[in-house]
Amino acid sequence: MIASIAWRNLWRNKLRSLIIIAAVVVGILGGVGSDGFMEGMVDQRVNTAIANELSNIQLHQPDFLLNNEINYTIPNPDQYIEVANQLPEVKGASKRLICGAMASTATAATSVLIFGIVPELEKKVTGIYQKVYSGNYLTDDQRIPVVVGKKLADKLDLKLNSKLIVTLADSSGTITYGAFIVVGMYQTSNNLYDEAHIFVRINDLGRLTGITGQVHEVAISLFDNEQTGQVFDKLSSSFKQHINNKLIDMRTWEQLEPLLKSMIEMTAFFSYLFLVIILIALAFAIINTMTMAILERKREIGMLMAIGMTRGKIFTMIMLETLFLAIVGGMVGLLMSYGLVEYYAHYGLDFGSMGSGMSYIGYDSIVYFKVTDGFYLTSFILVSITAVLSSISPSIKALKLNPVDAIRELN
Amino acid sequence: MSIIQINNLHKTYTDTKVPVKAVNGISLSIEEGEFTAIVGPSGSGKTTFLNLMGGLDTPTEGDILIGDKNIKDLNSRQLIDFRLHHIGFVFQSYNLIPVLTAIENVAFIMELQGIPKKERHQIAMELLKKTGLEGKENYRPGELSGGQQQRVSVARALASKPKFILADEPTANLDSASTEDLLNMMAELNKSENMTFIFSTHDKRVMDKARRIVTIDDGKVVSDV
Repeated sequence: MIASIAWRNLWRNKLRSLIIIAAVVVGILGGVGSDGFMEGMVDQRVNTAIANELSNIQLHQPDFLLNNEINYTIPNPDQYIEVANQLPEVKGASKRLICGAMASTATAATSVLIFGIVPELEKKVTGIYQKVYSGNYLTDDQRIPVVVGKKLADKLDLKLNSKLIVTLADSSGTITYGAFIVVGMYQTSNNLYDEAHIFVRINDLGRLTGITGQVHEVAISLFDNEQTGQVFDKLSSSFKQHINNKLIDMRTWEQLEPLLKSMIEMTAFFSYLFLVIILIALAFAIINTMTMAILERKREIGMLMAIGMTRGKIFTMIMLETLFLAIVGGMVGLLMSYGLVEYYAHYGLDFGSMGSGMSYIGYDSIVYFKVTDGFYLTSFILVSITAVLSSISPSIKALKLNPVDAIRELN
Repeated sequence: MSIIQINNLHKTYTDTKVPVKAVNGISLSIEEGEFTAIVGPSGSGKTTFLNLMGGLDTPTEGDILIGDKNIKDLNSRQLIDFRLHHIGFVFQSYNLIPVLTAIENVAFIMELQGIPKKERHQIAMELLKKTGLEGKENYRPGELSGGQQQRVSVARALASKPKFILADEPTANLDSASTEDLLNMMAELNKSENMTFIFSTHDKRVMDKARRIVTIDDGKVVSDV
């Protein structure tokens, strides 16, 4: 019956209870909503980076990542691709020649990174071919084709069929020139990437650099990013000999771009920090409301003590009142925030004109919210804990009441 | 048979500028089945005396023996338990739990005593019937008249099967008809159940019904008839 009394007590002052419930709802909505936004934004950034830039796992000659020297190549790359493709978790594997170059037209020049790729393999690994908005992706029947990013095209005033001259040092260290014809232009959500990366066929770049049968990078893409660690372990075991002999070095996207990894951790940290700030504010609201409720019911609590209700039961009753408020508010808050997150997960939050600014830092202009089940659960638990902790002070106030004083007030 | 034996009871309040001797050496014996009124002018000490007898306040000096227990020796936890099982209270302002129905208010005290749900429901129904509230079981206090609320309060006091019931100015907020009804009901319960009632009152109608009147003034018994 104590739980029943506690529940009914909540509705004695409906407005006050509804205000607290609303505060809990808004708190959860704010906490979960902001987490959905931040996590969605970072998740998109990570997914874009994996899908268009990094893939899940990469193999290089061990010194290549320290110094992108053109001669740090992996011999016989097809053997690695073959092994990787045998794993069911692997979506695809591709090989790349990569070299820094100066790209120029008649009007301007800029430094770029040229990726020599096998288009059919690359399509299974990165999604750049889906980002081509003008012209076509690389094919075998084109003549010295190059696909450039929109930002670079704007910068160098490139159009379809424009000629792009690249200047680079070949494998012997000699400066060499090559001309490519722009066959396609792509645009990702990362302007900086679009400005600095161009794609040509591996054989074309091989001829220019004098590297044949060897590559700088083998990129492996998975169906599910969660399996990266597991596949990494399997491949490490398969390539153990080559890794030990320092023929290759294998890394996950997290090792290649630790910034992305720390960004995910920072986002989680800030989400919880934000939630804790909201909960602290909520705690004060609960303390205030429950103290008021106790003071108003001082006489009644005194009477309960007089007729034989123990202090422990009175403490439990007040705790339950607060907990019920938190549970009702928490459930409504979770349902509403689930609706909010699902809506924006489906339709996305469009930043419109601010979007172009976001693409300079690698983010999409439309953010699709994402919240893990764990965050929903943690929010609910934290709200409940906050409610319980906040009710301690008002409950202690109630326990300090003297039934004689209360009865004196009564009569 | 004496159920309350009070010896040389003193209560001095020292939290005021000048110490106040609210009860100043009362000795009294209450027998089982009494219908006693403690009377006296305002500030005479009757409410303090009642609080001391009910274990709501602790004496500065003297003994209160209820059965074989000196309640002066009980700590606050033991006192709560003692009140729950041995003393019934009826307050001036009824003091029912506003969110509970009449039957729930009566059953609540039995729940505190650990009586099973079915049994306490049955007892509560019987007590409400005895106090003339049949048909009002599911009404909340706010839906009942003052007299009816006080009847629920009496039923609640009886529910714990106490040794005696302390009623502090039980008729102060009631009109004449309700007062008459309530007093008749309590007198009937006193007779039929041999329940001991001790009132503090100014009300002449209560005094007229009482079989013993103890008059207190300045914290002392000045007459006992």
